[in-house]
Parts: sequence; structure tokens; C-alpha cells
Amino acid sequence: MAEQKKIATRDSFGRALVELGREHQEIVVMDADLAGATRSGMFKKEFPERFFDCGIAEGNMMSAAAGMAAMGLVPVVSTFAMFAAGRAFEQVRNGIGYPHLNVKICATHAGISVGADGATHQCCEDFALMRSIPGMTVLCPSDDVEARKLLRAAYEMEGPVYMRFGRLGVPVFHDETAELAIGKAEVLRDGRDVALIATGILVPEAVKAAEKLAAQGIEARVINMATIKPLDEECVRQAAKECGAIVTVEEHNIIGGLGEAVCAVLAEQCPTPVCRIGVRDCFGHSASAEELLAEHGLTAENIAVKAQRLIARKG
Amino acid sequence: MMEIQNLPELAVTVREDILRMTHAAGNGHPGGSLSATDYLVWLYNREMNVRPDEPNWEDRDRFVLSKGHVVPALYAVLAHKGYFPLEDLLTLRKPTSHLQGHPNMNDTPGIDMSSGSLGQGIGAAVGMAKGAKVLGKDIHVHVLIGDGECAEGEVWEAALYAAHYKLDNLCVAVDVNGLQIDGPTAEVMNTAPLDAKFAAFGFDTITVDGHDFEGIAKGFARFHANQGSGRPTVILMKTVKGKGVSFMENNAGWHGKAPNDAELEQGLKDLAAIRQQLKEG
Repeated sequence: MAEQKKIATRDSFGRALVELGREHQEIVVMDADLAGATRSGMFKKEFPERFFDCGIAEGNMMSAAAGMAAMGLVPVVSTFAMFAAGRAFEQVRNGIGYPHLNVKICATHAGISVGADGATHQCCEDFALMRSIPGMTVLCPSDDVEARKLLRAAYEMEGPVYMRFGRLGVPVFHDETAELAIGKAEVLRDGRDVALIATGILVPEAVKAAEKLAAQGIEARVINMATIKPLDEECVRQAAKECGAIVTVEEHNIIGGLGEAVCAVLAEQCPTPVCRIGVRDCFGHSASAEELLAEHGLTAENIAVKAQRLIARKG
Repeated sequence: MMEIQNLPELAVTVREDILRMTHAAGNGHPGGSLSATDYLVWLYNREMNVRPDEPNWEDRDRFVLSKGHVVPALYAVLAHKGYFPLEDLLTLRKPTSHLQGHPNMNDTPGIDMSSGSLGQGIGAAVGMAKGAKVLGKDIHVHVLIGDGECAEGEVWEAALYAAHYKLDNLCVAVDVNGLQIDGPTAEVMNTAPLDAKFAAFGFDTITVDGHDFEGIAKGFARFHANQGSGRPTVILMKTVKGKGVSFMENNAGWHGKAPNDAELEQGLKDLAAIRQQLKEG
């Protein structure tokens, strides 16, 4: 992977939302006083008559979005992950999830890479919360191209979607022609010694880790799992069968996220050694995104080390 | 539209249904259902523009039962309006019934929004009212909340939203029966004075007797007068929890308890006496 330009997926969200807004009059956008930060403000600028600030009241914003959806509109609701998945969890669960309403929840500033704002705003629990709601689709795009394509795919499907975007600029490694679909994992590199299943902004780190491993003669399969739910179980089973060891990588608590979702498939269907890389059940603190990612081992170096140790455990 | 003089008798019938339904289910919430009955009878038979034979007609007026636990009253009103067969009522809360313990818009014809987690129904209602305006449709959105429910912060988030977006097509009714599960609202968490609170939030408020159809009519007349004003309306309805059933009236213990056989019999007797009084004028 050559050095690419970097774009934060929140910016991709803002851009793609404006494009969708031009095509579809029934899209309305709601934010809770964070339109500038989430980039929903780009839509507000172009379509002020279809943008509604809800004030600093995320719970009511989710309920109101449910009401809008019940009227036949397609609300895209945006705020920080902490408030979308955390503060408004029960409104999302009862008001949107239970009636299976067509609301697209687009949460930015997810994960530890929020950085200097500290633990209160570093949401590493959103996958766990949103996965637990029946019928909720949970997406975590890895770069600009994927963020834009999956937002479109989320619009095109009927039903509630939770989508996670970040504020940290990340490499753009997909071509515009990449075929990316909800529910379908993407194999970025083949290999049979170990599989690295990563999501979101850590996918490029997994790719780099595979390059490091290759230098030592270890061939790692790299899988971009942008759909956390419904999980591409077939891809996981195949990786287990062909690689015999799986490392999961996510910017999320190791409890309740991608790692546990993969483990559930493996434990029930094809027991396989696993190492979960993520935030190890602790709160973050103020620091730069890069410092925090390094501190929590969310780096190519650590992924490579953990993969090597895991391979040693293979039968 | 049903003639006004026929509403009191329908209200008695709905109250009988509430007792029979909760008795058959063995659980449920008769107290608040009985206090909300007259409002719901008026709403569906005098106020809302709906088509029971086309429940999802997109231009219909909408109703959200934010205090979703009193849904037995709504189910009975909907059944009498023709949304589904009356015999379905006795299936309330049974495993194969379309009548859930709290409203589910995907199960029951005529239910416009799933609700029951307190504070959230009014939030959905403001979204519906705003949605109607976005779509350029003259659709009215009604929502019923409880006075105890007004302790939920989201009620006031939604109230801010309603005033901010000038939702004069929104009519909030509050079933002010003064009681909640743990006792008098004034003692559990006082939400009074609701008129001053809603007025401060930008609503036009009117207080009426929620068991007097003339009073309820005045409340809705105010809502109609507010069309075009940019002000949302709140009708504060003074009601009696357990209304019409002697031993349930003003008794918080009947918030979430079903009548047993003897209590059902006594309750039906009380209601029969009211029906007799209506006949005798």
C-alpha cells in the first residue's frame, strides 16, 4: 500500500450525504448541535429546509426521527457515537429498533481516536450497544470510499442502520470501483497462516501488519469487516478453516464488539484460536489519537506480534 | 362522525371492555385506561380524520399513546371504530394476539406509533408533526401523556422542539389523574403546575374536565383556533384514575392490577348503573 491521502470518514459522510440529498427529496437530516463537527452541516448548508437541529437533546432527536420515519421520510440522524448509542440507547431501541423504522443513525467521533477530549467522549461501546438491538444493521467503514458507498447502501436498504464514522484522517486505500456491500466482508490480502479480521480505521494497520509478517515468511489473510452486524459468518468460517488462527482488530472495547461477534461464530461452529485486539475494558484519557492508538496496542506492530504468538498456539 | 349524545354510552362500553380485557389477561393497567377513556372516545369519534378500513392511509391524522400502558382503552376504541373485530379484545396480552401489552404499530391496525416507554411518545409525535409540515400536509398529530410521565426529561425536550418548530398541528393532551404507581404524583415527584410549565415552554394551554365531553370539546376547539398561530396546544384534562368503577377510583393500587372475578362483577355493576343513569337522562 503506497502512501495515500488521508480523509476522516466524518468528512466522507458529509460529502456523501449531500450527494444523496440531491437525489432523494425524502431525506431529512437531524443533528443535536454538532452539525459542524459531524459534518451534517454540509447538508444543512445545501438543504437548510431539510435540516433540523434538535438542540442538545439526543433522546428526543431519536424519538422525533422515529416520528419522521413513520411519516414516510428518511431521517439521517447525526451526533457523536457516545450520545447516539449511549445517551439515546433506549430511544433507539424502543422508538426505532422495535418498530423497525427506517432511520439511519450516523455517529461520528467514535472510538479512542477522538483523542484529546478524553474518556467522556471516546465511545468504545457503540458496537456492543447497537449490535444488541434486534434488526439493527451496524456498519463501520474503513476509509473515504467505503464510508460513501456504505452510506448509500444504508439509504438503499429498508430499516434501521447504525453507522460509525471517525474524526481522525485515515488513508484512502479503496478504488472508487471497489465493490463494497452491506453484510459482505472484503478480503484485502490472502494468506493461510493467520487471518486478521479488522474493522474501521484499523484496517490499514492490519494490512501493514500483514506486510511485516510477510517479511518473516508468515502469510496473513486480511479481512475488512465493515459490517459488524449482520456478520459475514461464511467469511469467518472460511478463515477459521483455511488459516486456523484469527486475530480481530477493532477500535472498541473487546467486550461486545467485533471480536466477540467473531468468537461467537467460531465457538458455536468451528472452534479456533483467537486473539482479540481492542480497548481492553478500560477508559481512555486525553492524548493525541496516535498516542492513544499506540497505548492501546492498536498498531501494525502490535497486531503482528500478537499474530505471531497466536500462530504458535495453533495445533 | 358520531353524534355527541352517543359518546357517553360508548364510553361506558369501552370501560366495560377495559375491565373484561384486563380480567381476561390477568394483568394490565385498568386505572389509567379508565381515566383516559373519554378523551380517546372523543378523539376517534369526533376529532381525527381517519379511515378504519384503510388504517395506513397516508394523509390521516396521527395519534401517539405516549402513556402506552393504558392501551386497553385505545384497543377498545379502535375496535368499536371498526379497525379490527371486537372479539379480538379479549386476546389482550396473549401469546398469539395482535394486542400487545403496549402499542405496537406493526401488529395492530390503527396504531400509528409503537410506544410505552414513557416520555418517548411525545418525542415521536413532535417528529410526526414536523414531518407533516415538511411534507406540506395538513395532518394533525395528537399525543396523550400522563402527569406522572411529565417527570421524564424527554417530555420537556419534545416541548422545546414543538415550540421551536412552531408545531401548531400538534395537540398534546395530559391525563392529569394525579396518581402514579407509587402513589400521588404530588408526593412521588410533583410535576405541577403543568399549565405554567407548558406555557413557559411556548404552548397554549387549556384546562378542562377530562370526563365532561363539553369540556373536552372546548379543549379541541382551542386546538383548532390555534391552527396557523405557530403555537402548539396542550389540553390539561383533570381526570379520575379508575373513573366509573367505585373501588378503583382515585386508588393508585389499581394502576397496574387486573380485577379478579368478583371485582369484575362489581365493576360491571357500577358501569351498568352509569348506563342506566344515562338512559334515564
